[in-house]
Amino acid sequence: MIAALEITPSYYLILAAALFTIGAVGVLVRRNVIVMFMSVELMLNAVNLTFVAFAKALNDTAGQVLVFFTLVVAAAEVAVGLAIIVAIFRRRRGATADDLRVLEG
Amino acid sequence: MERDLLDWIGVVPLLPLIGAAVLLLFGKRIGEPVAGWIATGLMVLAFVWSLVMLAAILGLPEDARSQTSVAFTWLSVDQLQVNFGFLADPLSITWILLVTGVGSLIFLYSIGYMHRDPNFGRFFAYMSLFAGSMLLLVTGSSYLLTFLGWEGVGLCSYLLIAFWFERTSAAVAGKKAFVTNRVGDVGFLLAMFILIAEFGTLDYGATGAAAPGASSGTVTAVALLLLLAAVGKSAQIPLFPWLTDAMEGPTPVSALIHAATMVTAGVFLIARAHPFFDASGDALTVVAWVGVLTALFAGGAALLQPDLKRVLAYSTISQLGYMFLALGVQAYTAAVFMVLMHAFFKGCLFLGAGSVIHGNEENQDIRIMGRFRRFLPYTAIGMTIAWLAIAGVPPLAGFWSKDEILESAFIAGDYGVWVLGLIAAVFTGLYMTRLIQLVFYGNERFRGDAVPAVSGGSDDDVSATDAATTATAEQDGQEIDPADRPDALGYDPAFLPTVDFTEATPRTSRLDGHDPHESPVIMLIPILALATLSVLGGLINLPLKGLDFLDQFLEPVFKGVSQPEPDSFVEGLSLEGIAVVLALIGIGIGLLLYRKGLRNAAEDPIREHTGSVGRFLGHAYYVDDGQAAFFGGPGRATAEFLDEDVDQKVIDGGVNGMAKLVRDAGQGLRHVQDGLVRRYALGILLGAVAILLFLLVYVAR
Repeated sequence: MIAALEITPSYYLILAAALFTIGAVGVLVRRNVIVMFMSVELMLNAVNLTFVAFAKALNDTAGQVLVFFTLVVAAAEVAVGLAIIVAIFRRRRGATADDLRVLEG
Repeated sequence: MERDLLDWIGVVPLLPLIGAAVLLLFGKRIGEPVAGWIATGLMVLAFVWSLVMLAAILGLPEDARSQTSVAFTWLSVDQLQVNFGFLADPLSITWILLVTGVGSLIFLYSIGYMHRDPNFGRFFAYMSLFAGSMLLLVTGSSYLLTFLGWEGVGLCSYLLIAFWFERTSAAVAGKKAFVTNRVGDVGFLLAMFILIAEFGTLDYGATGAAAPGASSGTVTAVALLLLLAAVGKSAQIPLFPWLTDAMEGPTPVSALIHAATMVTAGVFLIARAHPFFDASGDALTVVAWVGVLTALFAGGAALLQPDLKRVLAYSTISQLGYMFLALGVQAYTAAVFMVLMHAFFKGCLFLGAGSVIHGNEENQDIRIMGRFRRFLPYTAIGMTIAWLAIAGVPPLAGFWSKDEILESAFIAGDYGVWVLGLIAAVFTGLYMTRLIQLVFYGNERFRGDAVPAVSGGSDDDVSATDAATTATAEQDGQEIDPADRPDALGYDPAFLPTVDFTEATPRTSRLDGHDPHESPVIMLIPILALATLSVLGGLINLPLKGLDFLDQFLEPVFKGVSQPEPDSFVEGLSLEGIAVVLALIGIGIGLLLYRKGLRNAAEDPIREHTGSVGRFLGHAYYVDDGQAAFFGGPGRATAEFLDEDVDQKVIDGGVNGMAKLVRDAGQGLRHVQDGLVRRYALGILLGAVAILLFLLVYVAR
């Protein structure tokens, strides 16, 4: 029964799409900057998942290599992003995205 | 050897231009009189170098006397290539000798004339620039380089005519000269455009060679447009009023404009572009008629002017008319000969006039002069010689040149032109006799019992306004600074020296009972030198085989042109006899009327006896007034319509409307940038989805 269930790439892709959607909705609906940040990480990892899935399916390591790049960039982004959030927090005693609208046109 | 030397003809314009640059930068610091000596020295050097050029070209065989030297490529656009090059041939060398030679004398004279002017350095800077531009004009190897000099000459005439710009009339006269010249420049530009379109080159050599093969429409168009340019520069009908107004400038400037530079540029241009005129007979006819009508009309206008310099200005216009007449009958050499002789005697006359004005407290009204030969003996000698020369008394310079022109007109078969030219010769004798007799001979009329300058009793309404402006100008001058103003300027801005024809009442003498005085030696040397040249000048082109040096020298330039020559010596002699008799008649009438001077300074016999015809002539046929009325009336209305309706509403409206559209759009779109990060993120997401959909639907299909 269980053996009959063959795991095809589309499972991974569906999972990745679900994760990506959750992340995107999280970015759009949450007001807390840290949660939005985590949602962005979720979207990034969803993309990583598709890369790995395709790499396995197509038997091409390029996808896996790209994931490492994504991880490195994401790490750098986290470092910068968290620093910005800390800086905002120190000045404003709070980190609600909707309050940060000094760039309003 | 000679060829190598001729490559250096560019040095001639360069020398005065260096002088101009130095004096413009440091003129104030160098000051008087060194600034004048620098400018004069460089002009003399340029003259010496011109003599070297003459020697170099004479060392070449006759058919090789044309040398183009290219300094660098000036413009290179698509097929069109214009070189910054110089053309050394007999025509350009004749002209550089004239400009530098007569120019040097005028510069020398100016050192004396401009003595104590606070802007002494600036004056010589402009004069040098003027001479340099003229030299560039004549040595250029293409129409474009000539045009550069042409514009430079126009600019300098503006700067120099308006040199005493504190005087409103001088500032206005400068602008008038500039604007009138621009009308002619349009012709020059359009002619160059046609040349580029038709021949793809602006070189004198190439266009001249191509002209005979071009269609008659093209050559006529080019010739007539160049004629328009020449008419503007050489003050022919109808663009002549600027030259008489140019008398507002310092007198050496008038001498330079009339004798050595500027006005002869038009003659030069037509002589240089002669293949186009040769190829188009119609254009030649137009040139001849413009010339002879100008000679006649300006001669008539000169008869009645009460202003010393204005008589000479109309005289120049008239003499230039003769030159155009010569060009029109293809007597190019005669025209060039006339340019040279005219430079001698008119230079002498203008420098003499400057000497008279200088010694006479700036007064220019010949009605209150008289018997000046007692006080200005050397000036009197010089101007008397120049008078006989310009009137055409043998064997002085004007006789040879003017009679050659009239003779050419007869031989060419243009009898109408010939007859009118002869009448103009009578006028020449008459107005010059009147001038010289009223200034130097007859009775003394400057002893103070004359009527006050600006009072009633004029026969024209205009003089009342003139008087009013004079009065206002005086008041203005005093309001700004009562006493020391004239001293600081070196002249009195409130005093208007030019005497208009409308001033029927003579001015008051400014001598205050003193006698007029002779000018310093530095001013007399150039006058007497030019007087000597007026006597001997004819020797360079005697109408005898073997002695016609100028004819021979210029022959290679006008090769292939059948210049009118008398068939026999007797024919030439009888034609010249007629011209001389008519000139003597003019002088005779003048002597009859003016030998004893004026009984009453307010009664000029010609003016008294000619009535309304005289008024018509004295106003120069109301050309100036007509132009003023036309451009002041309908012209101004058109300009105002274009300004207020077309420019401000349509053009500005269009531009401003576009700006308003952009601003309003920005105003509306700024609300999109509301600073809500999450809304931006939604925008990014929607954009990404849209792109994905596009890729799925259109690209991946």
